Amino acid sequence: MTSSPSHAPPLVDHQVLALRLRGVVKTFGDLRAVDGLDLDLRAGTCLGLLGPNGAGKSTTMRMLTGQAIPDSGEIEVLGFPVPQKSKQARARMGVVPQSENLDEELTVRQNLTVWATLLRVPRRHRVKAVADAMVAAQLVERADSKVQTLSGGMKRRLLIARALVHRPALVLLDEPTVGLDPQVRGDIWTLIDQLRSSGVSVLMSTHYIEEAERLCDDVAVVSHGKVIARGTPAELVGIHAGVEALEFFGPPVRLQRVEDTVAPLGFSTRRTGPSVSVLRAEALPQHVVDALGEGSRRAANLEDVFVLLTGERLAD
Amino acid sequence: MTDLTRLTSGPAEDVPRTLRAVEPTAFSGVFTREITLFRRVWLSTAFGSIVEPTINLLAFGFGLGALVSSVQGIPYIQFIGTGTVATAVLFSSVFAGMYDTYIKRTFRKTYDGILATPVDVPELLLAEGAWIAVKAGVFGMAPLLVAIIFGLPPSWGMLAIPFICFLTGLGFGFMGQWFSGIVPSIDSFTYVQSALITPLFVLAGIFFPLQGLPQWVQTSAQLNPLYHCVQLVRNAVFGWEPLNDLGHTLALIVFAAAMALLSIRALRAKLID
Ligand SMILES: Nc1ncnc2c1ncn2[C@@H]1O[C@H](COP(=O)(O)OP(=O)(O)O)[C@@H](O)[C@H]1O
Ligand SMILES: [Mg+2]
Repeated sequence: MTSSPSHAPPLVDHQVLALRLRGVVKTFGDLRAVDGLDLDLRAGTCLGLLGPNGAGKSTTMRMLTGQAIPDSGEIEVLGFPVPQKSKQARARMGVVPQSENLDEELTVRQNLTVWATLLRVPRRHRVKAVADAMVAAQLVERADSKVQTLSGGMKRRLLIARALVHRPALVLLDEPTVGLDPQVRGDIWTLIDQLRSSGVSVLMSTHYIEEAERLCDDVAVVSHGKVIARGTPAELVGIHAGVEALEFFGPPVRLQRVEDTVAPLGFSTRRTGPSVSVLRAEALPQHVVDALGEGSRRAANLEDVFVLLTGERLAD
Repeated sequence: MTDLTRLTSGPAEDVPRTLRAVEPTAFSGVFTREITLFRRVWLSTAFGSIVEPTINLLAFGFGLGALVSSVQGIPYIQFIGTGTVATAVLFSSVFAGMYDTYIKRTFRKTYDGILATPVDVPELLLAEGAWIAVKAGVFGMAPLLVAIIFGLPPSWGMLAIPFICFLTGLGFGFMGQWFSGIVPSIDSFTYVQSALITPLFVLAGIFFPLQGLPQWVQTSAQLNPLYHCVQLVRNAVFGWEPLNDLGHTLALIVFAAAMALLSIRALRAKLID
């Protein structure tokens, strides 16, 4: 394996890799949507691509299925070089796209059966594969309902189940819970969690911190088509955001005063709506804490990491 | 929630180590999807494809037929009856190729889904084109049946007509796909229809023989695939002209092959970034 030119060390690579990307570049005109991307996904783990809209997450996913051709760099999916042997790789992977594209006028069962055919489930196994997928997606009662009559959450579960009908070794999920309400999001998380614990390799893109923290073994923080940090969620938080943050609420003048106080001491701050957080607050001298007045301590999180590294905020 | 291990105990079996460029499996997967979708709409499609040519046939056959009793020794209603087979083929194939392909690519993102499975652009388009052609083969028979009801004597040559319709539908289906890949928006199809489809349709010898028209019109008809379809259909019904019919068939084969290549090239550029 070649060494990574990126500033961040590569993820553990002494195991089998479900995905291996080296120096992958994809441009659209003048825009470098993916700009020298290195990624390793260890078989049987979940890797999260965490980044804001426009970071290049979907473009990366499309390159893994041969639907976008990189300008340069190397891609291996399940050991197959892509795009050269993309079709072999696609036969063993399941893809959950960012925008839903179910056949609305077909039933749940018909959608899954069509996909089982496209994904080459042998004819004699198709009925069982479809039945298993409906159980997994909790859609057995709706088996013969047209997709257009399903709720948003059910459609999303079907979209995921459709990608699992051929028992793939690798699953790509592009923003699997975007636009869903919290209750439904929880259901999808459970589904993804079970997927990973059953030994499937998962690549998931998200701009929800909580999602990455909950589901991913490793996270690659992406910004402008580059990986700017990677590690387990805990490592990333520990290395980049410290232990805790001190959060203050109040009118803008109050927040401004907090920022003015800590900035000269070299501390980073992050605004979220009506509050400001001072990051790495465990290192704040006690007299500064006292001077700042009443605030609440909270554990540092991935969002703090992201802001510290990029100066940008993730959406939501 | 339930146990997923049944779903995920490993990669699919029976997946060959190497996959060929255009595989029957991928082709039939896409084809099967179309059949599944069609099962919901076959009645309305069949209704339209029978009612429309019937109206054409009756309006022209009896309307004009009152003025023109026969053309080239053929009763006018039989002339029209055989000609409208080509109409049915043209309209069932070129519009399916244009609108359906455009909608599936842009609005529904269907192709993004399919291309993430082990199906490549040529397999996708060839299978969808073949399906359009099968429908053209079946629906092209509707006007013929109507013409038989109105007195066209059945003949063995008519058994060749579904194949003529299939071949013609293949070319026009691919042509529609190709246009869907090169138009700037779905509204542009109006121009395609006025500037191209309508002239092809009018100058194919469906409603009147081209013999009476200026020589240059007759010559350019040789470039109109629909003209070759019309000639083949009439000859199948009223008597083969072996050498000419071979020429017509070759023209339709060349047309279908060229359109398939253009369609694949245009849509690959749109579907693969
Ligand atoms: N087909 C395309 N043509 C031109 N620009 C594109 C295309 N696809 C994506 N982009 C651009 O590339 C950048 C990355 O997009 P994308 O991969 O969708 O990001 P993300 O999924 O992280 O939100 C964006 O600026 C987007 O506008
Ligand atoms: Mg995206």
